Amino acid sequence: MRVALFVTCVNDTLYPQTGRAVVTLLERLGVSVDFPSEQSCCGQPQFNTGYRYESEPLVRRYAKAFEGYDYIVAPSGSCAAMVRDNYPRIGRKAAAEGRGGELAELAASVVPRTLELTEFLVDVLGVTDVGAYYPHRVTYHPTCHGLRMLGLGERPRRLLSAVRGLELVELPGAQECCGFGGTFAVKNAAVSAAMGADKARNIETTGASAVCTVDNSCQMHIGGTLSRLGSRVRPVHIAEILANTEEVPFR
Amino acid sequence: MPPFPRAAKDAVGDTTLRGNLRHATHTIRDKRAAAVAELPDWDRLRAAGAAIKDRTLRHLDHYLEQLEASVTAAGGIVHWAADAAEANRIVTDLVRETGEREVIKVKSMATQEIGLNEALEAAGIRANETDLAELIVQLGDDLPSHILVPAIHRNRGEIRDIFTEKMARWGRAAPEGLTDSPAELAEAARLHLREKFLRARVGISGANFMVAETGTLVVVESEGNGRMCLTLPETLISVVGIEKVIPSWQDLEVFLQTLPRSSTAERMNPYTSMWTGTTDGDGPRVFHLVLLDNGRTDTLADEVGRQALRCIRCSACLNVCPVYERAGGHAYGSPYPGPIGAILTPQLRGTASELDASLPYASSLCGACYEVCPVAIDIPEVLVHLRERVVQGGPVTVRGTRTRIRPAKGHAAERAALRAATWALDRPGALRAGQRLAGRARRLVPRRRLLGPGRAWTASRDVPAVPAEPFRDWWQRRTREAGGE
Ligand code: SF4
Repeated sequence: MRVALFVTCVNDTLYPQTGRAVVTLLERLGVSVDFPSEQSCCGQPQFNTGYRYESEPLVRRYAKAFEGYDYIVAPSGSCAAMVRDNYPRIGRKAAAEGRGGELAELAASVVPRTLELTEFLVDVLGVTDVGAYYPHRVTYHPTCHGLRMLGLGERPRRLLSAVRGLELVELPGAQECCGFGGTFAVKNAAVSAAMGADKARNIETTGASAVCTVDNSCQMHIGGTLSRLGSRVRPVHIAEILANTEEVPFR
Repeated sequence: MPPFPRAAKDAVGDTTLRGNLRHATHTIRDKRAAAVAELPDWDRLRAAGAAIKDRTLRHLDHYLEQLEASVTAAGGIVHWAADAAEANRIVTDLVRETGEREVIKVKSMATQEIGLNEALEAAGIRANETDLAELIVQLGDDLPSHILVPAIHRNRGEIRDIFTEKMARWGRAAPEGLTDSPAELAEAARLHLREKFLRARVGISGANFMVAETGTLVVVESEGNGRMCLTLPETLISVVGIEKVIPSWQDLEVFLQTLPRSSTAERMNPYTSMWTGTTDGDGPRVFHLVLLDNGRTDTLADEVGRQALRCIRCSACLNVCPVYERAGGHAYGSPYPGPIGAILTPQLRGTASELDASLPYASSLCGACYEVCPVAIDIPEVLVHLRERVVQGGPVTVRGTRTRIRPAKGHAAERAALRAATWALDRPGALRAGQRLAGRARRLVPRRRLLGPGRAWTASRDVPAVPAEPFRDWWQRRTREAGGE
């Protein structure tokens, strides 16, 4: 089984520890992962803001970078959803505009092989207990794209529930958007901030010491809001929790 | 109207408004979820609703002609209105012919869309809204802010004040010493409206559905004002968008299950009124049906955007939308607010104005609207499709003619930025150089106050600390070390 890590541009640049956590975790589970260095960004910022043409080179790059791998694992619900939901649309539109079937074929080739991390763990490896240890009170925020576009369902919570020492506490209004939404956060800053403040308040009421998601872009917004409000709750990516063991603490 | 972000910003700052909206939308969304969960076959009903609407839209010309024939055979008169001006002219002329200076109305979004009340007023005809919430909006000189609960942004105290101050000017005054108890408010409205119902000789309505096979129009409602408007006047004029047609009575079965549960969280709405042409000795003597296009066939020509025409106006998407909850309905500048408004309005009106061009961006693309929509409109997909139209331009149909529109103004800086991003991201070497630069300068990046476009971010959020080593470099170092280099 040839497995590649799609680390995503946000993680690569701002949250490299998440990528390291995925590598640590998967290697511990006996999977050797590769990191094709030709990868960059899935093109979501461009596509979701309306710049479909600008996203096309990145679709092509993604497909080429991950050619030949059985699975492409991404520690990001929204980037995985971008590939799975939107690449076929980009391919279809390009074909309809008479720019050949090449892009459509490239897009189609990566769709079934691209999985979000928790999908890969639960569906492909068939594990929910990854042997992790994390002695903290944690609340889980299901990010919108993971929840609604990918349909991750209970996978992340099942993985977290099996972590030794971890106390999982319910987040009120968990399914509500945190207000990030990519360029939405700056285009509609007032509404985005109001949504973020409500999310932060709900997180605070749980008494958790960490808020966990499958997506660092949402974490950037949630964490930035919490930090501005002077909260002590830490944002943490699920990979970093799952990578941590009693014997070998992560980082 | 200002573009959405500006109007929304004011609304976000209005704490009473936010409290009212939050309370109302959360109550109804929880009830809806419970009402929907009762049906074991919800997913199939949803798929069936979408399929019926799609089939009807595919053969819209056929079903509309069938509808016209059935309405005519039943004694009604059908008028076709290509746009708002034509519809207003038709209705105004029809009212004038009756010699009346006053009409009663049962909530019709189509008439709000075309600005009928204003057109009638210009012709010296007063239009009285009879839906409780519409009445509140009308008396308060306000605009509706929700498609089902137009006065959702008002609380009871505000409503009492509006009734006390304004009712007398429009007819029967509010009772002395009116309190804000729901029962007293409802009674005041009932007394006020009763006079109007009994006096009115012309009624104007919308419709939720039009059944092509029999020419029957259907209105579902909760208050009974609709039934009064539909049965008491001598002349009834119904103004309905052409997308409201469905082929047969059997198709109604699906929507009469999904609509009430999605909108008011009821198993069945209290009043379902149906009328077919005219009947001797019962109901209106004269029935006119004005079929409104006003951008709908142009919308139908768009392969991605046409799904917006499936909408049955249940308002479920408004009630779950986190953006609507904070921004309120007025910020959308259209009778169709919320997620459906954000995709329908820029299609019906085009994206030429600054406001209309901003509507497709009034969403975080969280997908909650798509999840609740009883006819499975993929609202996020259409939003992104319309964003593309705004910033890239592209093919559209305007009054039946295919043309290409140019990108909207004011996006040059953004386009340049995203192009530059693509350029760098398509060259991992350049990306890496940028990352290293950021890594070296990381201590200089202020976490609380960025300049340029970052300023909007740091108004309420800190910036994450830039790490010393990007993932890419770590990977390379590790590979090198493992290789023993
Ligand atoms: S788009 Fe769907 S959820 Fe929204 S009002 Fe229309 S039918 Fe209801």
